[in-house]
Amino acid sequence: MSYLSPLLAVGLMFLSGMILFLLLGKSPMEGFKVFFMNPVKDAYGVAELFLKATPLMLCAVGLSVGFKANVWNIGAEGQLLIGALVGGGLALHFEGSNSPFLLPSMILAGAMGGMAWAAIPAFLRTRFNANEILTSLMLVYVAELMVSWVVHGPWKDPDGFNFPQTKLFSAKATLPILLEGTRVNAALIFALGALVVGWVFMHRSFLGYQMKVAGQAEFAGRYAGFSAKRSVWIGMLAGGAMAGVAGISEVAGPIGQITEHISPGYGFAAMIVAFVGRLNPIGIFFSSLLMALLYMGGEQAQQYLNLPSSISKVFQGMLLFFLLGSDVFIHFRPRLVRRRK
Amino acid sequence: MLASTTLMGAPPAAAPVKIGYIYVSPVGDAGWTFQHDQGRKQMEAAFKGAVTTKFIENVPEGADAERIIRQLAQDGNQIIFTTSFGYMNQTAKVAAAFPHVTFLHATGYKTGKNLGIYNARFYEGRYLNGVIAGKMTKTNIAGYVAAFPIPEVMQGINAFTRGMKSVNPKAEVRVIWVNSWFDPGKEREAAMTLISQGADMITHHTDSTAVVQAAEEKHKEKGTWAFSYHSDMAKYGPTAQLTGTTHIWGDFYTKVVKEVLDKKWTGTNVWGGFKDGMIKLAPLSPSIPADLKKTILKMEADITAGKLHPFAGPVLDQDGKERVPKGKNMTDAELGAMNYYVQGVASTLPKS
Repeated sequence: MSYLSPLLAVGLMFLSGMILFLLLGKSPMEGFKVFFMNPVKDAYGVAELFLKATPLMLCAVGLSVGFKANVWNIGAEGQLLIGALVGGGLALHFEGSNSPFLLPSMILAGAMGGMAWAAIPAFLRTRFNANEILTSLMLVYVAELMVSWVVHGPWKDPDGFNFPQTKLFSAKATLPILLEGTRVNAALIFALGALVVGWVFMHRSFLGYQMKVAGQAEFAGRYAGFSAKRSVWIGMLAGGAMAGVAGISEVAGPIGQITEHISPGYGFAAMIVAFVGRLNPIGIFFSSLLMALLYMGGEQAQQYLNLPSSISKVFQGMLLFFLLGSDVFIHFRPRLVRRRK
Repeated sequence: MLASTTLMGAPPAAAPVKIGYIYVSPVGDAGWTFQHDQGRKQMEAAFKGAVTTKFIENVPEGADAERIIRQLAQDGNQIIFTTSFGYMNQTAKVAAAFPHVTFLHATGYKTGKNLGIYNARFYEGRYLNGVIAGKMTKTNIAGYVAAFPIPEVMQGINAFTRGMKSVNPKAEVRVIWVNSWFDPGKEREAAMTLISQGADMITHHTDSTAVVQAAEEKHKEKGTWAFSYHSDMAKYGPTAQLTGTTHIWGDFYTKVVKEVLDKKWTGTNVWGGFKDGMIKLAPLSPSIPADLKKTILKMEADITAGKLHPFAGPVLDQDGKERVPKGKNMTDAELGAMNYYVQGVASTLPKS
């Protein structure tokens, strides 16, 4: 039943979207077509959809590992940025290197960077019992400022007229394109790989089972001798690592340099993706594509329907709202009772 | 429709030429994007149906911009304006893929066969704002709310300071960086801080109207005056706004579109000021004394004629180092690489 909930939410989102189009004076069918079909009407559009979904998949699958164990890492956005910084730093430091190890080490460094950033809230939680929701979120802003500082300061392109960006990465430090003529790059393979590994870990490994038990029933977990601290560490680090890979994949992929605008909020959107996907890698595959479509649909709606850009956010919000609503009605049965006098 | 125009002897009406714009923020009712949108409307009206325009607002300056620019090109837009620095590499990439479309990128530095660049000499207006501030200040302190220390912002701060110092040797300018182009909360807080430090002249290089509004609020109590940026913000500071440096893109857009339509376009690398009509002072407030008004208009004419340069030597930086010798004007290349404060700025630059 709980697997039906996202489908229900998507259906309700479509329905209220059509009503919304109607209220805005647009034909609902036309609106639907422009928003959900136009972005993928040709091969290039489909490729863009996968490009856009890649960072969402990566972040969402990493977060799910923690979410399943009730470890609430809200800071994937910051971990993504630090991953981009650490991995990108390598590209800048070894500029002009032809080593075939440069790119793999950048990816690895990205993962390590994201993990390091996630390790801070993990440490604070396990050592001082500080709420990881707050600490991981606050570290997002710290990460944003760090990115801003390096591109305005030490890593600024010396030939860039003082504008806040680094040099463009060399070809050897850029992810190879999978399909000529599109922007889809090797990061998609990492993402699909992460989904497989995530699925095996969460559904087939003993450790994944322990974390799930500890998350669903803390005392049962403790009674069975499963370490809650270990859950926190694994949950946070998995999220951080994947977010870090997403970050380095963006700067070594479609962006090609470090700027102040690495992510339009993938780390946050990935939380919706994770829940719509039921914290299950197979579900996440589809929900990340849906979320990517919502982003791209908003661009189309602006271009062809003259709707404001915030329409994407409205659809994302409706999706989450209906999902949470459906879950409530699936897990609880509301009854009308007369108030006792 | 077609028949009637041919009957009237006009050439057969071709389908209007499509022109696309990419904006970094929502249009709103003041600020950077608003001014570009005003320019777009003026240009569209000037061609009386020969062109249609379309804009996409709030486009993030990251990887997504490339897809959106490409879509505009694929969609048959013949001219595409990308109006923020952060679209530079994306515009260059798409321009290479669509050689028959003309791309124009605001504030960047990469050009190509079908890629032009344009920007305005905002510092010319800043200098005049500074002169007014220097004459009218009672505390000899001006406050400046700024976003990021890129050359364009540095030019503005330094020109304002030089204008102020040129008529008031005791003047000093204090700068607060808010590290954001648009953050009304922070901008307001910074303005309030500067006012409480004694600044009675404030201006901003950020995108909201918060600073002008802050001055309006404190005007009665502290006698604070404001200079707006991007747009005329008199609506938000009816008493406090003395004038401002506004961006005027319409004439430029009309001119460059005409060149492209007439197939006479051979590239654009425009950095225009008063002379080119790309900047204007916002209407001078009645609170400015009449003789000062006259001086300002005279100086504006001198800048337009090339007789007055806001960075005419000697230009000394904060540490006393001579950046431009006496008798010379700062070159465009030097302006484009400006990363220091001139003498008269009381703050120090954030170290990097």
